[in-house]
Amino acid sequence: MHAFANPARFLKIARPLTGWFGWIGVALIAIGLGEGLFVAPPDYLQGESVRIIYIHVPSAWLGMAGWGGIAVASLMQLVWRHPLAAVAARALAAPGALFTALCLISGSLWGRPTWGTYWEWDGRLTSMLVLFFLYLAYMALAAAESERDGEGRITAIFGLVGAINIPIIHFSVLWWRTLHQGSSIGLTSSTIDSSMLWPLLVATVGFTLFFVSIVLMRMRTAIARNRIEARMRRMAQ
Amino acid sequence: MNPLPFIIGAYAVTLVGTIAMGLLSYRAMRDAERKADGLRRER
Repeated sequence: MHAFANPARFLKIARPLTGWFGWIGVALIAIGLGEGLFVAPPDYLQGESVRIIYIHVPSAWLGMAGWGGIAVASLMQLVWRHPLAAVAARALAAPGALFTALCLISGSLWGRPTWGTYWEWDGRLTSMLVLFFLYLAYMALAAAESERDGEGRITAIFGLVGAINIPIIHFSVLWWRTLHQGSSIGLTSSTIDSSMLWPLLVATVGFTLFFVSIVLMRMRTAIARNRIEARMRRMAQ
Repeated sequence: MNPLPFIIGAYAVTLVGTIAMGLLSYRAMRDAERKADGLRRER
């Protein structure tokens, strides 16, 4: 990881990977969602509304993984002062917030025909909503700190502390047994039939690759803007 | 209750949001890198 902390070395690797991850991601999303929408069977209980899981599960995963990435990058920024760590953490925030919002919206649209309600103050739904607000607060804090030319330490500490919410989201369905069902997919086993599982996994990998591509683009943008700012400062002297 | 409008709505919001984020990020990156490269050539 330390080897990639150099912006020049990072750019050499990130430039080709941005396109590859983006286009492979788009192809896998098309295959996974196409299969999930038109080929996979309806669920025996949920009926056709089960098709929403092919976008809801990847969104939930990316909302949580995004903050996991922010926490790791924040730790690297605080402990090793890697120049790219703060850039990576900030680049993760907007796409993470987007996918958390998409998870909440798609879950709500799934809940209406399945549960009979758009929203319930259930442990999983509420902790996911808290994650969305954490993203908004993180972005506001990062913007305020960069306006003050701060080092970003407060933002990094907030990124680390906010990670407490990730295990709360994960275990919420066990701690508070309310409306949201328990986990259907584990590391080694799944209760989902393979006809539904493989499009879900393909869509999840596709969205993940596209997410990484977006994060790489945002990191490259931040690095280019830093170069412009540094050049402008030298010219002003 | 017919779930079709909910399925279409969920897919539309997700795809529009994802594509918009991808395009906006790409445009911002392209503009910033062009400007940075332009300044380097001016030196």
